[in-house]
Amino acid sequence: MELINFLSKPSDFSRRTGPNDKIVLSSRVRLARNIRGFAFPGFAKKAERVRAFEVLRPAIEATAAMADRFAGSMDTLDALDKQILVERHLISREHAAKGPGSGIVFNHQEILCVMINEEDHLRMQAIYPGLQLKKAFAAIDALDSDLESRLDYAVSKDLGYLTACPTNLGTGIRVSAMLHLPGLVLAEQINPIIQSVNKLGLAVRGLYGEGTEALGNIFQVSNQMTLGESETDIVARLDKVLAQIIEHEENGRQSLLEKKPKVLFNHIGRAYGVLSNAYSISSKETMNLLSLLRLGHDLGFLPGVERALVDELSIVTQPAHLRKKFSDELQPEERDLLRADMLRERLAGVPRPQCKALGDDASLDKPQE
Amino acid sequence: MQCMVCKQNTAKVHFTQIVGDKMQRVDLCEECAKAKGVNDAGSFSFADLLLGISGEKDSAAAGATAVAAAEVDELKCPTCGFTQADFKKNGRLGCPECYNTFADGLEGLLKTMHKGTRHVGKMPMALKAKTDSSERLKSLQKRLEKAVQQEDFELAANLRDEIRQIAPRSSTPAAP
Repeated sequence: MELINFLSKPSDFSRRTGPNDKIVLSSRVRLARNIRGFAFPGFAKKAERVRAFEVLRPAIEATAAMADRFAGSMDTLDALDKQILVERHLISREHAAKGPGSGIVFNHQEILCVMINEEDHLRMQAIYPGLQLKKAFAAIDALDSDLESRLDYAVSKDLGYLTACPTNLGTGIRVSAMLHLPGLVLAEQINPIIQSVNKLGLAVRGLYGEGTEALGNIFQVSNQMTLGESETDIVARLDKVLAQIIEHEENGRQSLLEKKPKVLFNHIGRAYGVLSNAYSISSKETMNLLSLLRLGHDLGFLPGVERALVDELSIVTQPAHLRKKFSDELQPEERDLLRADMLRERLAGVPRPQCKALGDDASLDKPQE
Repeated sequence: MQCMVCKQNTAKVHFTQIVGDKMQRVDLCEECAKAKGVNDAGSFSFADLLLGISGEKDSAAAGATAVAAAEVDELKCPTCGFTQADFKKNGRLGCPECYNTFADGLEGLLKTMHKGTRHVGKMPMALKAKTDSSERLKSLQKRLEKAVQQEDFELAANLRDEIRQIAPRSSTPAAP
């Protein structure tokens, strides 16, 4: 089956909901696993990687959770499909650059996804919308338990699961949440928050993981230490810290509303203005402005608009998604034009944002009677 | 101050590490620091990962010791052929067996990276069952010794039966 037909439609995907999904876009738990008798993918020669792949792929495909799945080797996917998978957060940028001997298996609705021969033999993840770390852990834990009877895991009594990089050793777990924090960014409180989260031994990264910038006010918070602390303790620790960040973000939004409503409304109004009137717009600017529109929706400035529309637009306006829809040959400048057309069209029915918090001042926006 | 890697940009990232009684200093520009992963908390703590800069700087003086060190350093994983030099290059190991081969060197590294140096948490069921039963066996044998010492023969007999159930083939001497 073709990749694009198996992936959920952006319109359906953006309609998924979960607890606290105003602030927590998604919860993800990934496990790193390797098998005995094969060098780690980064050190193995191509022939050995291919042999490992032949062992790993059928084992994953045989699990109950992957009964309804898409599976492919990286050399059978074209560059555009790989880029789409990156934009959907199913594979890393590094994995997209891989060829024979590496692959991907994911299930219906993309809840479970396994990268084969990325940095480790297996990188498996479960993603749920909103704040649902425990649920995500339970799902990936079940897949892992199913796989352990089918594969000879490399594991030691003292060091736990053995991984290519010693930073993942032990549990091999990375628990993370994708957070939308425009309130903290606009209130200029984000840096102290990042610093204090770092002090707790947690990492804060941008939208596409390690070494990427925080486009669209989206931040990824995850654990760093994997040895000497159990999976459930790590999940609980993340949950605790996330609850605090959520509270700070809510307070940040509230205090902006109370103390600087015009600053806030200015950002959201301009975002609406540009998105619904531009004739050329880059992917980066789109992400940043859609973030403000999402904030406007959360604050009740955009009555009658579904948040799913904003979220859907942030998927379909990404470069590879545009190329898939229109043409693989599109140049960046041509994409900017098509992106702007798409945004104008989709936002045509959306009325101007209204800011009740401005009270009497808001009447200035209304036509004089 | 110039960046020690590209020797072009101004160094903005300064990194000092004390190894034994020697201080190593690394000055990098932002791009090189990023490229070398100095920003990445997971891997920054070992200055020698950067380049082996200290060796390169005064290579003439260090030449003799470097050769000696190379001979000692040439620890190689018998399973996959991975060497310490490979680890310095990219911070990843070669195969699962490398954790045994380089166990001594890794211990200190793990201490700086993680909460502990011993795994806590999930284990594959098969390994867990094996570990559990061998630990139970040990504790039963200890209790048996104590019971014999205290001449509590009834308890000792019970413990012996329990031990036989767990390890029917090993540790049970042939009946007289």
